[in-house]
Amino acid sequence: MTTLRINGEEKTVAAPDDTPLLWILRDMLGMTGTKFGCGIAQCGACTVHVDGRPVRSCLLPVSAIGDRAITTIEGVGATPNGAKVQKAWLDVEVIQCGYCQSGQIMAAAALLANTPHPDDADIDAAMAGNICRCGTYVRIREAIKRAADDQS
Amino acid sequence: MDTRENARLSPSRRVVLKGGLAGMLVLAFHLPARAANEPGQPPDGTENQFAPNAFIRIDHAGKTTLVMPQVEMGQGVYTAIAMILAEELDADFTQVVLEHAPPNDKLYANPVFGIQVTGNSNSIRAFWKPLRAAGAAARAMLIAAAAQQWQVDPASCTAANGMATHGASGRTIAYGDLVDAASHVPVPQNPPLKDPKDFTLIGQPLKRFDTPGKTNGKAVYGIDAMLPGMKFATVAASPVLGGKVGHVDDGAAKAVPGVQQVIVLDDLVAVVGDHMWAAKKGLDALAITWDEGANAQVSSADIWEDLRAQSLKDGAVAKSVGDVAKGLAEGDRLDAEYELPFLAHATMEPQNCTVHLTPGACEIWTGTQIMSRVQSTAAAVTELPLDKVTVHNHLIGGGFGRRLEPDMVASAVRIAQHVDGPVKVVWTREEDIQHDVYRPAYRDVISASLSGGKIVAWKYRVTGSSILARWLPPAFQNGIDIDAVDSAVDMPYDIPNFHVEYVRAEPRGVTTGFWRGVGPNNNVFAVECFMDELARKAGMDPIAFRRGMLDKNPRLQAALDLVAEKSDWGKPLPARVGRGVCAQPSFASFIATVVEAEVDEAGEVHLRRVTSAVDTGIAVNPDTIVAQLQGGLVFGLTAALFGEITIEKGRVQQSNFNDYRMLRMDEVPPIEVHVIKSGENPGGIGETGATAGPPALRNAIYAATGVALRRLPIDRAALALKKA
Repeated sequence: MTTLRINGEEKTVAAPDDTPLLWILRDMLGMTGTKFGCGIAQCGACTVHVDGRPVRSCLLPVSAIGDRAITTIEGVGATPNGAKVQKAWLDVEVIQCGYCQSGQIMAAAALLANTPHPDDADIDAAMAGNICRCGTYVRIREAIKRAADDQS
Repeated sequence: MDTRENARLSPSRRVVLKGGLAGMLVLAFHLPARAANEPGQPPDGTENQFAPNAFIRIDHAGKTTLVMPQVEMGQGVYTAIAMILAEELDADFTQVVLEHAPPNDKLYANPVFGIQVTGNSNSIRAFWKPLRAAGAAARAMLIAAAAQQWQVDPASCTAANGMATHGASGRTIAYGDLVDAASHVPVPQNPPLKDPKDFTLIGQPLKRFDTPGKTNGKAVYGIDAMLPGMKFATVAASPVLGGKVGHVDDGAAKAVPGVQQVIVLDDLVAVVGDHMWAAKKGLDALAITWDEGANAQVSSADIWEDLRAQSLKDGAVAKSVGDVAKGLAEGDRLDAEYELPFLAHATMEPQNCTVHLTPGACEIWTGTQIMSRVQSTAAAVTELPLDKVTVHNHLIGGGFGRRLEPDMVASAVRIAQHVDGPVKVVWTREEDIQHDVYRPAYRDVISASLSGGKIVAWKYRVTGSSILARWLPPAFQNGIDIDAVDSAVDMPYDIPNFHVEYVRAEPRGVTTGFWRGVGPNNNVFAVECFMDELARKAGMDPIAFRRGMLDKNPRLQAALDLVAEKSDWGKPLPARVGRGVCAQPSFASFIATVVEAEVDEAGEVHLRRVTSAVDTGIAVNPDTIVAQLQGGLVFGLTAALFGEITIEKGRVQQSNFNDYRMLRMDEVPPIEVHVIKSGENPGGIGETGATAGPPALRNAIYAATGVALRRLPIDRAALALKKA
């Protein structure tokens, strides 16, 4: 049995050591907000935070997590940057199909935590690992800047 | 699996309505209790509600449920449909709740196709009048009920925001209080529709219903279906297209912790486990020998050789005006051939379907563009009557045409026939890309002649697979695939001698399917690339050249004028930087696009700026129009820059996002979209950016380098200054 700290709660699961966090979240805990896109860390749909850093959960074995804090899309709204990003996403109406957006929001919230006022190059560097097939990139960029300007 | 989403919107998301109304929207996706409804009857659960037709239900509390005949896959259609219904109904938009339609062609068929289909960018075009009529009929009935209660002439009553009003006496009554009385009013056959100048919802950039749940993990896609006792499966079909299972050694797979079952069918193998990881590890541990079959030696080179040979034959004549042979002989002639590759859809949500088979019944959870076909597919596999197959539709994580197919449902049901209890079948990304239905490879042969700066003759032959002949056989007639020649037979330029042919050429082993932009994707590319080559031959500016032949198409002419202004057309640019234009009347929207791009010394292409001007008629939700064009342009530019599926020995060579590339944040330039005000009926929008991007980019490269590329994706080697 493994105990994980997810969004501030302890969750205990019986999973083989090599099980990626993605499938623990989705299939064992029913936390389906984190998405499966590629399975090889190429698309970013499965991005979560581990101790605040953005990580592709599809390649993160449960045995490598230890007692580090996991934040998912279901919990990121409780963080100041997560809340700002979620609000900006709606204000700018970023989202189309939305399937990649959990990962986009997690990546953007982590960016703002590290770089409160990112320029275009910062945004490129932080977000280039997240594919959006609907092509919402222009609005993602705008929403990140708006979230960064949000003083609330 | 009842309530899908119940998110109250924050004050910042208040919908700005004319008259200053702002309020809290409540979004709920209720799944219907039963799949099928009796013809002509209102949907289930309408007791004690006013339910004048299949789209609208109002309860005593005033809650207004709008049933969505078209599916939401990101294109914003749920919000647009709700706006149209609520507009004519004069509903209280803050009381609106949306519901997925169940499978039922009689009630919810797309008027264009006759079955439930969300595709061809026609949701709003096809449902514009029926939805307005449905809303207006309900409104007329509610007003009639109010007038009866007040003993006044209905013509002296009005309605707004879910209330009927008798102006002369100042009396008002809420729709919820009229539910019983209105239910007894006969449904009017031709209810009066609003004058568009009186629209209060349509034309406003309203916030979408579906997006709040997509920011916090609450939105539920087909792949998120969770059921008690559910098992998880993943599949492998033959890597050689069309191959069968030979021999399977499942010893190692069954030893993987969490693996429950290995299911061997004639054409695929599935591993069922406690979770996807067990299933995937199990699948990787299988030793499968495939019976590769007839396609084991098929390669892209053979397919292209055949396509090129077929494209030299005469085709079925789709349109012929004037005397094209004479016209070609008289003018200054130019010939060209354009080639477009196979493409995969690569929806972000991999193919999936959850099935629960019980004795005498089949229940399905998935996201599909074809509700009724999913139901009939499952019924055929299980040999159950239609009404024993329940389909729960979901939000869709990207359709782009892939979910116009029921193959993932058919295979999931066949797997479920061997599983005790519910099973969710999820394809890996590799399976998704390697067992897609592919956008056909096309070859377009064009000849034209010029005289006095205008085209006097145009001969165009499309050669490629007919998707319609497989997908909707009755639509394939006299050798013509009307999709394959869409935007070719009706190209916008005024040309006196004009001839379009179609040659159906099916690629060995490869199943083809609709892909965002459908037929126009190919034809707009070839037409607009050739237009640039003709302009250069005529010694004219590409926009001026097009404009001169658009006198009968003032809407497209206006879009060209606006995009020229907004894109700084004609202003000087650095070396190896160019602007390219595309003009298209496709999907009944008139769009002009300019791409500005730089080609570096190595031949790599860098997007600098994209500008579009669009006249799509009445823009139901202008912000959605902008969003769809922005996204569609990225979709098309992605294909132009990177997209190609190739086949070697019957196997698709690409497998995941590492070798089937997508444009990413750092590669996407600013994209400006200018919406032209129009009072015309709405046009289609979802696919228009996908068709606009590639020719505009190619023409920008032509302007920057002088190299006339005639094939996609972009060939960097042909653009490099120093040849390798």
